Amino acid sequence: MRNAAVAKTENHAIIPPQGAASLPLLTNRGPLLATTFADTARAEAELITRNEDGKVIVEPRGDWVVETIGRFDSQLKRIEEGYEPGDIIIDLTSLKRIDTSGAYLLGRTLSRCGDPDGDWHYIGDHGPARRLMADMRKRLASCPPVEEDEGGIIAVMARIGRGLEGAWSETVDTFAFFGRTVTTFSSIALIPARLRLTATVHLMETTGVNALPIIAVLSFFIGAVVAFMGANLLETFGASVFTVELVGLSVLREFGVLITAILLAGRSDSAFTAAIGSMKMQQEIDAMKVMGLDPFEVLVIPRVVACVIMAPLLTFAAMLTGVIGGALVSWATLDISPAFFIQRMQDTIDYTHFMVGMSKAPVFGLVIAIIGCRHGLQVGGDVESLGSRVTTSVVQSIFAVIVIDALFALLYLELDI
Amino acid sequence: MTGDDNLIEVRGLRSQFGTHVVHDGLDFEVHRGEIQGIVGGSGSGKSVLLNTILGLKDPDGGEIFFEGHARSKMRRRDRAALERRWGVLFQNGALFSSLTVQENVMAPLREHIKMPVSLMREIADLKIGLSGLPDHAGNKLPSELSGGMKKRAGIARALAMDPDILFLDEPTAGLDPIGASEFDNLILELSQALGLTVIMITHDLDSLHAICDRVAVIADKRIVANEPLSTLTQHSHPWIQEYFGGPRGRAVLRQPHKEG
Repeated sequence: MRNAAVAKTENHAIIPPQGAASLPLLTNRGPLLATTFADTARAEAELITRNEDGKVIVEPRGDWVVETIGRFDSQLKRIEEGYEPGDIIIDLTSLKRIDTSGAYLLGRTLSRCGDPDGDWHYIGDHGPARRLMADMRKRLASCPPVEEDEGGIIAVMARIGRGLEGAWSETVDTFAFFGRTVTTFSSIALIPARLRLTATVHLMETTGVNALPIIAVLSFFIGAVVAFMGANLLETFGASVFTVELVGLSVLREFGVLITAILLAGRSDSAFTAAIGSMKMQQEIDAMKVMGLDPFEVLVIPRVVACVIMAPLLTFAAMLTGVIGGALVSWATLDISPAFFIQRMQDTIDYTHFMVGMSKAPVFGLVIAIIGCRHGLQVGGDVESLGSRVTTSVVQSIFAVIVIDALFALLYLELDI
Repeated sequence: MTGDDNLIEVRGLRSQFGTHVVHDGLDFEVHRGEIQGIVGGSGSGKSVLLNTILGLKDPDGGEIFFEGHARSKMRRRDRAALERRWGVLFQNGALFSSLTVQENVMAPLREHIKMPVSLMREIADLKIGLSGLPDHAGNKLPSELSGGMKKRAGIARALAMDPDILFLDEPTAGLDPIGASEFDNLILELSQALGLTVIMITHDLDSLHAICDRVAVIADKRIVANEPLSTLTQHSHPWIQEYFGGPRGRAVLRQPHKEG
């Protein structure tokens, strides 16, 4: 093994350690690219320790570079801790190439010593190694360990507390944002020319028109599924004709508007947060402010207006395709013809059910736009916060939509509508 | 054709984006152990050259040699071995934003090397110290660092694998003059202490003057000159004359030049 190592030394044509001081290359590198470079280096590094007269001699052999030194860590740590620093001697005679990591690891053995650079610590002469070891010792920036939270019940409580506090402040912030939107909107309402018409129409297209196909298709399937379930269940009671009421009521009152709102939350809300957030990251919002433009007026109001207008229109489309889906399924499975379906819907389902569904749409649109814009404006300077804000905003808006829907249900129940 | 002294050679490089030709017949060589500067007007293809050498962009013609080995003929394993021998500092640091500085420096070690995590941390701390960052910077996220500190953290990460070659893309851009000259000193010191070959794109006349052994000028889609600054300023190419003959260039050239 040793002979092989010596032979390799000659092959590598490395700079002789004695003369290294005068040469620009301190680290005696071999060729940058030898096909077998990694393998030879990995095979060559060795660590031999022996005891002589009560002293421990550490003898690194071969190439001590970052790829090879990992496995000597614990062995050298044991020596560092187990011996008096004065009794540790490093034999550099068989050491070949060394880099900063190797020098650091080797030099660490003497870190408790008062005079780690004293010549009596070393056997053999290896200029680069000695210099790097001295250098590295000075350069270590020991990063203080991160303080980790204690575990146990206190940590759990603290986490719950933080979560509740966060939820509360989020709610307060959302309402504050809502208030600011309302005041900005009222000031615009006084001078309607200040509304950014081009931006608003463009946003109406992206949030509304472009969302139409997906919302229509989804709602169609929801209507079909409701009809299927109703048909199966009601047929057992011989009341399959009530499928019409089931589909009509559920799609008009709930599903049409909910499907629209959830898709808007997933589609447009995330787009609002991402668009405004990346503008914030690029300091575009700051640029607007110094130009005297109000980001609320330029960014938030057009989105809110677009959402509030488009949500009811999309809801209407969703109701339409939902009913069509229900009608087609009824026709296929129950032999209820579309004409009869529509006739029965007109007879049995009150107009108010349609109004209940439609009345919720603008509210959902408003909430979705406000939550999306608010999170966009809260994005910080880094990419990380953009991602987390988009996620939070989608989750919050879907949550808000469902909670508000429940509140509406309670309200209309009390009102007997 | 390939001298022993040349660590990297670019021969007849052609780069184009659609019909827009950036480089046409570009020849360039980097000597071992030198600090090589690259200058050129905006849009002259400095970063494209760097990306082509790094393999982030395939050349549309020509060849790149590393120690005489053609890049296009290298086997995958050789390429991987080569990639581990260099470190790159991108213009804005390109630190991973979800990791702390220490974890950023540890990232290449984790990927490529088997060693205990505690030793990895120590080595990361060492590189953070080498880059001149204060102790407490290791636990910070990149978003909490100033521009200069980000660059230093970028250098620390580039040094993680103890590279032979360090590529720097505008290392002093956006730094104040004090920070920039500190950074120049850091690069000089590191290249001397670790025997690095440094290739840096820069617009900073001061750093060209203070640390570069040779400066390559990209103009007219090729390297029109690659020589030490002292002789480069005498070059007859109009762009070079304008670059170094302008008021900023003259002010820098009045100072004493880097020794050796």
